[in-house]
Amino acid sequence: MSLHIVVCVKSTPTTVNVSIDGTAGKIKTAGLSYAMNPFDEYAVEEAIRIKEKNPGAIVTALSLGPEHTEGTLREAVARGADKAVWLSIPECDTHNSYGTSHALAMALKKIHAENAVHLVLFGKNASDGNAGVTAAQIAGWLNWPAAISVKKIDSLNETETVVWRAVENGVDVLKLKLPACVGTIKEINDPRLPSLKGKMASKKAVIPKWTAQDIGLKAEDFSSTLEPLKIENFSAPPPRPAGLKIEGASAAEKAKKLVDILIERKLI
Amino acid sequence: MENQILAVCLPQQGVLPSSAFEVLSAAKNLANQSQGKVFAAVLGEKAQELAKGLTVSGVEKIFAAQHPKLTHNNDEIYAQALSKIIEGKKFGAILFPGTIFGKSLAALMSARLKAGLGVDITEIGMDGGKIQARRAAYSGNALATLSTTQETSFFIVLPMVFPQAEKTGNAAEIVPVPFEPAETKMEYVSFQPEASSEIDLGTAERIVSGGRGLGNAEGFKVIRELAETVKAAVGASRAAVDAGWIPYSHQVGLTGKTVHPKLYVACGISGQIQHLAGMSSSGTIVALNTDPECPMMKTASLSVTNDIYELIPLIVAEIKKRRGG
Repeated sequence: MSLHIVVCVKSTPTTVNVSIDGTAGKIKTAGLSYAMNPFDEYAVEEAIRIKEKNPGAIVTALSLGPEHTEGTLREAVARGADKAVWLSIPECDTHNSYGTSHALAMALKKIHAENAVHLVLFGKNASDGNAGVTAAQIAGWLNWPAAISVKKIDSLNETETVVWRAVENGVDVLKLKLPACVGTIKEINDPRLPSLKGKMASKKAVIPKWTAQDIGLKAEDFSSTLEPLKIENFSAPPPRPAGLKIEGASAAEKAKKLVDILIERKLI
Repeated sequence: MENQILAVCLPQQGVLPSSAFEVLSAAKNLANQSQGKVFAAVLGEKAQELAKGLTVSGVEKIFAAQHPKLTHNNDEIYAQALSKIIEGKKFGAILFPGTIFGKSLAALMSARLKAGLGVDITEIGMDGGKIQARRAAYSGNALATLSTTQETSFFIVLPMVFPQAEKTGNAAEIVPVPFEPAETKMEYVSFQPEASSEIDLGTAERIVSGGRGLGNAEGFKVIRELAETVKAAVGASRAAVDAGWIPYSHQVGLTGKTVHPKLYVACGISGQIQHLAGMSSSGTIVALNTDPECPMMKTASLSVTNDIYELIPLIVAEIKKRRGG
């Protein structure tokens, strides 16, 4: 048996500078272009590094989303993933981590049944939703252990691994029994660009498209996981009030004026 | 929804951090609007002692799960203990702190207990009989309004947004919750404290950040001096981190940390969209830069155009003078 790493990626808008349709309460998606969520590049790179250190290891990229998702999966193949699976469930395109994590967990169950999975890697968070909970939520559905905010993975074998979780005031060193879900952060590695060979493979890759039915999701699953807590609408954030320019004849005068205001507003 | 609200208070290195009191304050907000009752859950190796110090008014009962195995952040053991606290009770909302561990625990338990999860909420209240919460998406460029109709919902409370509940009341009745950990798939190996004694960016009330405009690594000496003077954490732009002037753990922005302190002082940071994405929700933004036209100076609440190496020591000296030396 050799290691099987799954890396979950998301296709997100290439900018976070989105505008809002206030009447509809929706993000204006017209004209947005999509690419692999930048944080996922670290997860893909980590999967490839594990593969390079463990001959025979297989990397499968998995992504849930609409049409543009296929491009992101091809990017994962270009970066070195052996296989890719596209999960297409329109009901899930709603920024609901609880519902999407359930769908991804069901897809992982199917992948795991076909070829036992050891480690599932994730980026820190998606650049659109910004939640950063999917790794731990999927682990919850599968009853696997999870660690998010991981900056180092070591001592990986087919039954366990050690992860270094960066928390507010230090690092938790944790040993996880496999299979496990691991959310990475930027410190974990320095992603490389796709190789020419990778790009060729990506063009030729046949990416299967799985539907809700393929992973055993039923209509009642949607009503129980997607409906109960949902996004009612999006609105634009209130604009910041106009700023105050602090001027003065000398730097000392400007410093004094600034300190006056900071003290007056009880900021220092 | 059920009218009972549970605030989950998680210790860090044996003490309850500010995030625990922010969660209590968010829970009280919701209770005020729903005529509900607030309960607290305290977990840890010294949970009962911590519970005694939780003298926040308006808390009905404090459930305390105490066990030596709760000394460290083992998600699996904490999940078992918290499940034990929740077992047989009905909470309409369970609120967690938005720390890394709080987030991880909330996410794991939301799937296990089949409850939807609102992440990094900045507001919570009632609207038409439903719990409604708000959170930022697209790095603060959009606000999402969430609503829930389920019996129990989980929420992660974004740090530094809600005020800390004040310790002015009497300690509520403490209910010890006996708990014996079962075997887990996670083993806590060790804790490695941050080498420096610096203030954590994510929960800092004040942040002083440096960028490309510093010109070199030495510039962070000046930044640190200002930060120490105003008791601030030290932040940096990606340009400063990529130049190797300061470690990545200080990076603020799209690919670094998202912060929302009461005061953010940007020194020599031009304010590229990626950096603004990580800090534009800060309370007061002060920009110090030589270029009055750069985006950070336009975003700032207070801006000063000047050479920063001349200006910052003068600011430090002025503050020290006001404090009487």
